[in-house]
Amino acid sequence: MTTNAKTVQPSTSCAEHSDAVVAVRGLVMRYGRREVLRGIDLDVCPGEILAFLGPNGAGKTTTLEILEGFRTRSDGDVTVLGADPAEAGPEWRERVGVVLQECEPEPGLTVRECLALYAGYYRAPRDIDDTIALVGLTDRCDAIASQLSGGQRRRLDVALALIGDPDIVFLDEPTTGFDPSARRAAWEVIAGLRQLGKTIFLTTHYMDEAEYLADRIVVLVGGRIVAEGTPMSLGGRERMTATISFTLPASVAARDLPASLAPLAEFGPDGGVFMRTESALVHLQMLADWTLTHGIDLPDLVVRRPSLEDVYLELIAKESR
Amino acid sequence: MTNADRAAQHDVKRTFTRLATHQFRYDLRAFFRNRQSQFFTLALPVLFLIIFASVFGGHDRTVAVAGGHIDTAVSYVPGIMTLGLIAAAFINLVISVIAQREAGVLKRRRATPVPAGAIIAGRALTGVVTALGIAGLLLVIGWAAFDAHVPARTAPALGLTIVVGAFSFCCLGYALASLVRDADAAQPVTQAVMLPLYFISGVFVPVSTLPHWLLNIATVFPVRHLAAALLTAYNPHTRGSGLATGDLLIVAAWGAGGLIVALRRFTWNPRGH
Repeated sequence: MTTNAKTVQPSTSCAEHSDAVVAVRGLVMRYGRREVLRGIDLDVCPGEILAFLGPNGAGKTTTLEILEGFRTRSDGDVTVLGADPAEAGPEWRERVGVVLQECEPEPGLTVRECLALYAGYYRAPRDIDDTIALVGLTDRCDAIASQLSGGQRRRLDVALALIGDPDIVFLDEPTTGFDPSARRAAWEVIAGLRQLGKTIFLTTHYMDEAEYLADRIVVLVGGRIVAEGTPMSLGGRERMTATISFTLPASVAARDLPASLAPLAEFGPDGGVFMRTESALVHLQMLADWTLTHGIDLPDLVVRRPSLEDVYLELIAKESR
Repeated sequence: MTNADRAAQHDVKRTFTRLATHQFRYDLRAFFRNRQSQFFTLALPVLFLIIFASVFGGHDRTVAVAGGHIDTAVSYVPGIMTLGLIAAAFINLVISVIAQREAGVLKRRRATPVPAGAIIAGRALTGVVTALGIAGLLLVIGWAAFDAHVPARTAPALGLTIVVGAFSFCCLGYALASLVRDADAAQPVTQAVMLPLYFISGVFVPVSTLPHWLLNIATVFPVRHLAAALLTAYNPHTRGSGLATGDLLIVAAWGAGGLIVALRRFTWNPRGH
């Protein structure tokens, strides 16, 4: 890897620095002597979906709770929508939506009643039925909320966070513990918020979730940001080596490979060949020419780039060493 | 203060009242959808009144009260009313507030612009209204089954006693809710606090039959004074308005103490393990 994760610079990707919806500088949080956040710098731009990725205990929820105004930081500067969350009042709350990590629905109320209750808290709420439709709960709107399935409850949580028509929505591990189809449904709801122009700050420990939803990923390990980038570029992923693998037919021996490719090749059992390359296309071209000249086929040819999960696990392993 | 300031202040007050009423409407609806709340707050006091009045009343049995004697069955109406009022304003509030706090519901409400006071006031109002409801229900049963009625002269005092008593026990409920960490402990803790007090405060057993030392202990706590104030307003021998000012002030003082504890200790975040 070419970048040193310890020297990640704060993001300055907003068109104008002053545009940042969330601006964090040198954020530190201590519980007694234990430092759980060790100097975090972060910007979130308007309309951006930012995924805050990290293993359990990395400090994701602590950071989120500071940004939501639920926790008072030990040190550093934090502004959300131009105000310090630790001192912000109801005017600020009008513009911030929160989906907590664990929160049951309002007891005894139907889906629509839950939303009507929360709509009443805001000066200019969104339309209740529109919001129910937005999260796909229209056919469940008269059901008692506590009887919904886990995935439906989460969608209700999102609806409750949206009912005040906020500018930014914080989501804390929106799909933890979901089955695959419920996760997919929740993702589609969150991805749909992009069309509303909302800025979204979500925490997750699922790579695929960050990859599906986020414009930008920030990786937090042990209270420190260790990497930051788009799902394609995180941790230098776009420059990482690809693997070409195939099985040679029985009629062809390993020494028959062209001289330009032989140095790259590693040989497995039963004629399996693996080649690590930083210029996959060039080497594929050579491979294709060679097979055409020799009239052979490589039916199990695979070209694989490192998945985001590979990159992430490598980042975490590197940090905990 | 300028006119604009005054208008702004008026606006804040109106918004607060609107939000508290808004919260109250939904809290009351949730109350009526909860079978457990309904059973403990509405059905159980009615059952208790019927059982106690049938077992210990009848056969011209009477108990001594200020100014004379009343039928034992009739004396159970203000006694069980005390229990019903506490079930509605105190026990039900403690259980639901702790459950909502531990479920993250209170925290999520705090993430909205609604003022904390409006949520608290809305829930307290639910306690007061349900207390009035169960009191009314017991009065009707007392009238229909035991031919007991409240003199029109003391009816306002009875109403005031119920409202002040219910508000005070709501405050005590918030105090206890802020001290109990665990949702599972809410029901046993409230019962452990209240059951012994019911027995020594004239709820299940007429106070005239209790030994002095027990009565002295009961006199410290608000349950005895609430029961006494309700009996004073309900007792047909009572002269004047029927407002037991002294007893009611002691109940209100307990409520004020509860409010102070609640203001210092109440949290919105789950406290769990």
